[in-house]
Amino acid sequence: MTDSSEHQGQCEISFTVNGEAKTVRVYAMERLLDVLRLELGLTGTKEGCGEGECGSCSVLMNGGLVNSCLIPALQAAGSNLTTIEGLAEGPQLSALQAAFLECGGAQCGICTPGMILASRQLLDKKTDPTLDDIREGLSGNLCRCTGYMQIFDAVAEAARRRNPA
Amino acid sequence: MRSNPADYSLIAPAKLDEVVSLLADEPGQWLPIAGGTDVMVQYAAGRLPARKLVSIWNLAELRGVEILPDEIRIGAGCTYTELREHHGIAQELPLLASAAGWTGGIANQNRGTLGGNIVNASPAADSLPALLAYEAELILVSARGERRLPYLGFHTGYKKTKLAPDELIRAICLRRGLSGYLHYSRKVGARNAQAISKVCIAALGRLRGGVIGGEIEDVRIAVGSVAPVPLRLTEVERIVKGKPVDRELAHLARRAVAARIQPIDDIRSTARYRSEVAGNLVAEFIEQLGATAGRPHE
Amino acid sequence: MTEEQIIGQSVPRKEGRDKVTGAARYIDDMTMPGMLYGATVRSQISRGTIKNIAFDPQFDWSEFAIVTAKDIPGKNCVALIGDDQPCLADGRVNHPEEPILLLAHSDPHFLRMAVDAVSIEYDRLPAIFTLEESEERSQIIWGTDNTFKTFLIAKGDVDQIWEKADYIVEGEYTTGAQEQLYIENNGVIASFHDQHGITVWGSLQCPYYVHKALMTLCNLPAEKVRVVQVETGGAFGGKEDYPSMIAAHAALLAIKSGQPVKIVYDRMEDMTATTKRHPSRTRHRTAVTKDGKILGGEIDFTIDGGAYSTLSSVVLSRGTIHAGGSYDWPSVRIRGKAVATNAPPHGAFRGFGAPQSLFAMERHMDRIAQVVGISPVEIRRRNFLKPGDRTTTEQTIREEIDLGKLLDRALVVSDYHAKKARFSRENEVGTIKKGVGIAAFLHGAGFTGSGERYLASVVGVEGCADGGMRVLVSSTEFGQGTNTVLCQIAAEALGLPYEDVRIAPADTKRVPNSGPTVASRTAMVVGSLVRSACLGIKQTLMASGMLPKSHSPEQLRAACKAYLAAHGELRSFARYEAPEGVFWDDQKYRGEAYACFAWAIYVAEVAVDLTTYRASVEDFVALQEIGRVLHPILAKGQIAGGVAQGIGFALYEKVAWKNGRMQNGQMTNYIMPTSADLPPIRVFFEEMGNVHGAYGAKGIGELPIDGPAPAIVNAIGDALGTHFASIPLLPEDIFEAVAADREQ
Repeated sequence: MTDSSEHQGQCEISFTVNGEAKTVRVYAMERLLDVLRLELGLTGTKEGCGEGECGSCSVLMNGGLVNSCLIPALQAAGSNLTTIEGLAEGPQLSALQAAFLECGGAQCGICTPGMILASRQLLDKKTDPTLDDIREGLSGNLCRCTGYMQIFDAVAEAARRRNPA
Repeated sequence: MRSNPADYSLIAPAKLDEVVSLLADEPGQWLPIAGGTDVMVQYAAGRLPARKLVSIWNLAELRGVEILPDEIRIGAGCTYTELREHHGIAQELPLLASAAGWTGGIANQNRGTLGGNIVNASPAADSLPALLAYEAELILVSARGERRLPYLGFHTGYKKTKLAPDELIRAICLRRGLSGYLHYSRKVGARNAQAISKVCIAALGRLRGGVIGGEIEDVRIAVGSVAPVPLRLTEVERIVKGKPVDRELAHLARRAVAARIQPIDDIRSTARYRSEVAGNLVAEFIEQLGATAGRPHE
Repeated sequence: MTEEQIIGQSVPRKEGRDKVTGAARYIDDMTMPGMLYGATVRSQISRGTIKNIAFDPQFDWSEFAIVTAKDIPGKNCVALIGDDQPCLADGRVNHPEEPILLLAHSDPHFLRMAVDAVSIEYDRLPAIFTLEESEERSQIIWGTDNTFKTFLIAKGDVDQIWEKADYIVEGEYTTGAQEQLYIENNGVIASFHDQHGITVWGSLQCPYYVHKALMTLCNLPAEKVRVVQVETGGAFGGKEDYPSMIAAHAALLAIKSGQPVKIVYDRMEDMTATTKRHPSRTRHRTAVTKDGKILGGEIDFTIDGGAYSTLSSVVLSRGTIHAGGSYDWPSVRIRGKAVATNAPPHGAFRGFGAPQSLFAMERHMDRIAQVVGISPVEIRRRNFLKPGDRTTTEQTIREEIDLGKLLDRALVVSDYHAKKARFSRENEVGTIKKGVGIAAFLHGAGFTGSGERYLASVVGVEGCADGGMRVLVSSTEFGQGTNTVLCQIAAEALGLPYEDVRIAPADTKRVPNSGPTVASRTAMVVGSLVRSACLGIKQTLMASGMLPKSHSPEQLRAACKAYLAAHGELRSFARYEAPEGVFWDDQKYRGEAYACFAWAIYVAEVAVDLTTYRASVEDFVALQEIGRVLHPILAKGQIAGGVAQGIGFALYEKVAWKNGRMQNGQMTNYIMPTSADLPPIRVFFEEMGNVHGAYGAKGIGELPIDGPAPAIVNAIGDALGTHFASIPLLPEDIFEAVAADREQ
């Protein structure tokens, strides 16, 4: 098989991930999901379906939730990305992470990174979401373990903590 | 992941001019990709025939919503999220805003574009019936210049459009002044979110004088997922126009719908179900029109 | 007797922090130096012989490791119960997607192209795809009669009851295949060294099942096979037996190539090639008095096992034993049968036969109610098992369960009677029809009959250098809370803080065989053994004089350290012993089928929109008696998750089959509920204790998926007056029934 120096189709793509500037050398049509996991070792973002249905690959791109399995690397150039690894501040968990832990929002954990980022996008747009807002905001993130009930509890709890009445 | 990234090229010119020049120089060679929510699914499944792609995601010329005196002009690159959050669209074109909210989950709404929905030309696309009901017009752009044509008839067959190989959709234009109308839309899918539609309807109507009991003065009914292309049900409109709304009229409309549409059995649903439900939705629209006289959709 | 400190508290999930920070490492997050990727070339036909295998000359095949059946060092089978399932097809294929050949390469993209570059020619044979075709026996595809297994349960004298009946009620009920749809696809990494043998890391439920299968496949002794479970993203039974297959494939490629090999499926391969819930057909014929009392009946329960026997005999067993539900049957004859078809073998999915036969039982109770003219509430109340009654297998109910009272509580919290009356009125106008429906059911926890004795589970606890303790079990965590609950039990038994107890990775080199993580047995059976092992370790310390009889946690930690300093290691093991007076007759299929039952009453409220024929669940009450709530949040989470899967089973999840192959193997067209689709799921518990379970707990993992489907279909019956007997029940099906009714 040809070695990497002959991968002519590859290009250099730069973006910011979790506050750090990164440059990778990849094919333009590499999926952002694979760039994060394989090039940058950020394996917190998961592949569940490869077709933009399950949301396990969700990340925040310029503050907006996106399915990284559907984004070609070149289209992420110059963007500001947040993955699950970027939420905690050292040992200090974010309000959402702590709430997911306390309320049983994570069971097997595979949907959890995407689910937390989707929740983050929701709370950034709606600081005091209703249950219907939460249902809608998370409707692109599938969870097979929880039946969603304790995820709703976690998001509501995080909203309360971020906005003490 | 069933495609090899090494086999594909993707470039991202900074300006629209560069893209249309490329399409003119090498017609049929380059597949435009905007948000990628359709193209990348095919790619991951190993079913994308194109090998060279040109990104139109970041082109400023395709973004933005212009509110003009007589029309609202939406850049083809506007995402569903932008459609939902734009005050003017939510206010004056509620069918488009609601269709944008049906399409996928939030992540797909942040990336899917109105232009992409049109060009991908799936008969099940959520926003297309709304564009038919609103009698949209498209501005197409190429190296040869711009042309404007009615959206009606843009789809010529299953996944076929009037778009020339060197063209892009630049903007979608929708006339204003629909405040006295009932705007009615409904999507029927396998679940409440993230579902490809089995039947989809977008309709507008107004009674004479805006009074309950008045005859139907203006009506537009469009349906999706019941034919190879989204349909404007002009025959049904003709039957109900000028008549007062009663149960008999709703029934007449229902039967006329069944005669016009060509639904199929597929992996998602059956022809019989689609036909029945399409008829029910049109009847429901007619009855609501009769009950509200066309007061603005809440 | 001191109150428990830790049992009954919602302590933090042991591995929870890693899960919410993205630090948890699942198999596809892992690589090894020199690792290759593996892929499987699969049959494109349903049944036939392989005529020719051709490799596209455009590829340099010398770059690939290639494995066929001929490369198998030991026996070409995936050893489980029977040995009829080949690891790789050897000349003969019996289902679509059957594995034929394996490839490995360093470039995963190139590997994918290579899979498509292998062309296989077949001589086709006629194939069969339905229960009915299998029973007809026009084609024999397995054994002499297409039948994997039969069971017969006989109680009382069924042939005498018909003439005494005021009513004879018949019904036939069917359930479809259901995909487990864990969000993490199947995956493993295997490596091989002449000295150490095979090591497999993977997403799996039962390390020792894989261990046994690899020994047989590779002809290796126990100490030369090592299986390590890593963080697993959901399983629900779908990773009970299937991992033995994918592990076998990776192991063979590792042996052939001399390098570590990772195989991870994508969603389409996982959906189309791996196991599903067994489709079922149940026929009821019941003799009933005019007061609605069941005199007896006949139940025929048949499941479709796919092409090989795998777990079908055990699924059949559980389904057959649960077929009579939570009712008193003075006489009954229950025939269970598992048959073969040319589909990928069906396997374990939460409930394991019980959701199928209980769907039929609970639908049938509503049918009986209708025929006799008694309400669905009363028909159940009059037939419930009571303490001292015997089940269909003649197991005496020894606990003081009052199902009538449980029913009453469920009716109150669901507001059943008021809603039924209100809906009856409101349904007269409008296009939205509402209804409420009940399901009453039970679930036997632990292995059936002599199963637990046969498993002879062993559990260990060991002292750690810092004075804490470590639990040693082969029971695995895949979201349900194994790590947390077993550490809770250990901490309580030891008298240590929860934080001082940890659990070893499920690595066959390190932990004893505490049995598979299935059958709702982990908290109850394994937890009980954990408790015993902890008491054992304290006894060891006391016997050594290092620990006083009454001690503080600090003293225990100090004693542990002292013991380790003196002796080097501190370990205690506990082995399962069958409880007294629990006796099961495998020949007559009679006796104490399960150590205990959990009991439940579920109530569903549905709304059917006659414009679209969509049924949606508006409210759901799940009330169950589960012995003891060990961890409130985990317990509630199990119930809510199981109910959600049950709602999917009833209304959303349909496998579209064509010639034995799943056509809708994508998340976009295999529909599971999103957050926007589920009602509030309101969970309530009662606790009666359980002498056979740790701290009085009963198993609850599978219970919650038994009830939702019949409760929902009963509710739709209430709403529309149309009684459906088949799931999944889609809007298209509701439409056809309503249209047919209209035409009459």
